[in-house]
Amino acid sequence: MDLELMSSSIPKLLSATVVTLKLLSLSLFFGLFIGLLFAILRLNKNIIINKFAYGYSYVFRGTPLLVQIFIIYFGFGQIEYLRSTILWVILKEPYWCAIIAFALNTGAYTSEILRSAFQTIKPGFIEAAKSLGIKNKIIFYKIQIPIAIKQSLPAYGNEIILMLKGTSLASTVTLMDVTGVAKYIISTTFKPIEVFIVAGSIYLFITFIIHNLIKYLEKKFSYQ
Amino acid sequence: MNIIKKFSLGLLITLFLTISANADKIKIGTEGAYPPWNSKDASGKLIGFEVELAWALCRYMGKQCVIVEQDWDGMIPALIMRKFDAIMAGMSITAERQKAISFSQGYADEVASLAVMKGSSLEGMDTPEGINLSLGGSDVKKALKTLTGALAGKTVCVQTATIHQNFLDSGDVGKVNVRTYKTQDEVNLDLAAGRCDAALAAAVAFNDYAEKSGKPVVLVGPTFSGGAFGNGVGVGIRKDDTELLKAFNKAINQARKDGVISRIATKWFGFDASM
Repeated sequence: MDLELMSSSIPKLLSATVVTLKLLSLSLFFGLFIGLLFAILRLNKNIIINKFAYGYSYVFRGTPLLVQIFIIYFGFGQIEYLRSTILWVILKEPYWCAIIAFALNTGAYTSEILRSAFQTIKPGFIEAAKSLGIKNKIIFYKIQIPIAIKQSLPAYGNEIILMLKGTSLASTVTLMDVTGVAKYIISTTFKPIEVFIVAGSIYLFITFIIHNLIKYLEKKFSYQ
Repeated sequence: MNIIKKFSLGLLITLFLTISANADKIKIGTEGAYPPWNSKDASGKLIGFEVELAWALCRYMGKQCVIVEQDWDGMIPALIMRKFDAIMAGMSITAERQKAISFSQGYADEVASLAVMKGSSLEGMDTPEGINLSLGGSDVKKALKTLTGALAGKTVCVQTATIHQNFLDSGDVGKVNVRTYKTQDEVNLDLAAGRCDAALAAAVAFNDYAEKSGKPVVLVGPTFSGGAFGNGVGVGIRKDDTELLKAFNKAINQARKDGVISRIATKWFGFDASM
């Protein structure tokens, strides 16, 4: 075990943690909006809208994240027409390709989490609100959404942790996140065990923080 | 119960036979993704200069061999962890790698080159045809200066953990934006897609891609050798495996004398890349 290599790789990997956290927060930010939108579409009674939303979550939950990144990064890069459009400004950058893939992926899972949370809201809550003459819009924003968020916190916390680990795939499209920098250090030192132990510990530490944050929020939103 | 016992016994015997059958075979690791050095045909069979050379060297050593595939970025760690006994994967002999493993004498050499898509502003650089970084001199200095100016702020793509990446990281051509990929295929894809202003790899790798894909990939600037580009390509062997190193060196000597290396090299490269 090369302890010197381990300690010398810590600062390099920590500065790469910034990239990992940026990827994670931006994908979760966009993913939450996508998820909320598609959860609402899933609850729509119109069969076409409903099936469309279902199809989206079916495709993105049913294919590996790595495949999704490769299709968006290498696949779209091969389409000559796309390269002449304004979209190429975004798709040219590996950073945005990764975020698009991550956001679409986590959006699909989030939509399922939120949908099931909406469906578990007791009809009595909504009927009670209606009987008081509260408008549908206000019922949705002030009653359904807060309850759904509370219901979905444990599952969503899990999704954040899964997404954190998913960001390691950004290194496959040339991004220098924690995994990317770890691979770079290994490429010159040929000692994978030491470097991956440090990289793994960083992911574990971030998970620890996320886990406790979610636990705190769960407590805060509980009825008692 | 009896069936389970018999089944597990059968499984154990099979396992034992497989292990013992492979025990005295030399395992050679290659990437299978760097044509014409080593690659795979449509059916997934390993082919290329080094695959054919490996079989020839094994015949000279009088040993049975197995050729196994390994991703490039884990090649040296896999050798050290005994997943195989020798590397034949277009791996240049460099001082950095020699800290971790031993190399046989070189069996072939190649020059590296920058490549761009036709119509790039990097075309028509005023540099000599080839520079040897080990020799140095005013010609080399002037060429590196021209390259530093031309590549400033440009994105140059390379395969990870290669001599090409080492060269760009060395600062000989100033600060360029280096992007690293797991395989040369991915470098080629992104060069063609326009995400890379230029790419650096073995000149033969670009020629092979241009020929097979029909994409207008052209070589620019000088060809590179020496210095960070190492001293030819050799067989990588664990440091404590001195017997195997001797055997490979002897086999390479004989194969060279018989003209076998140069014959196989000419077949795959289109020119005699042997050394």
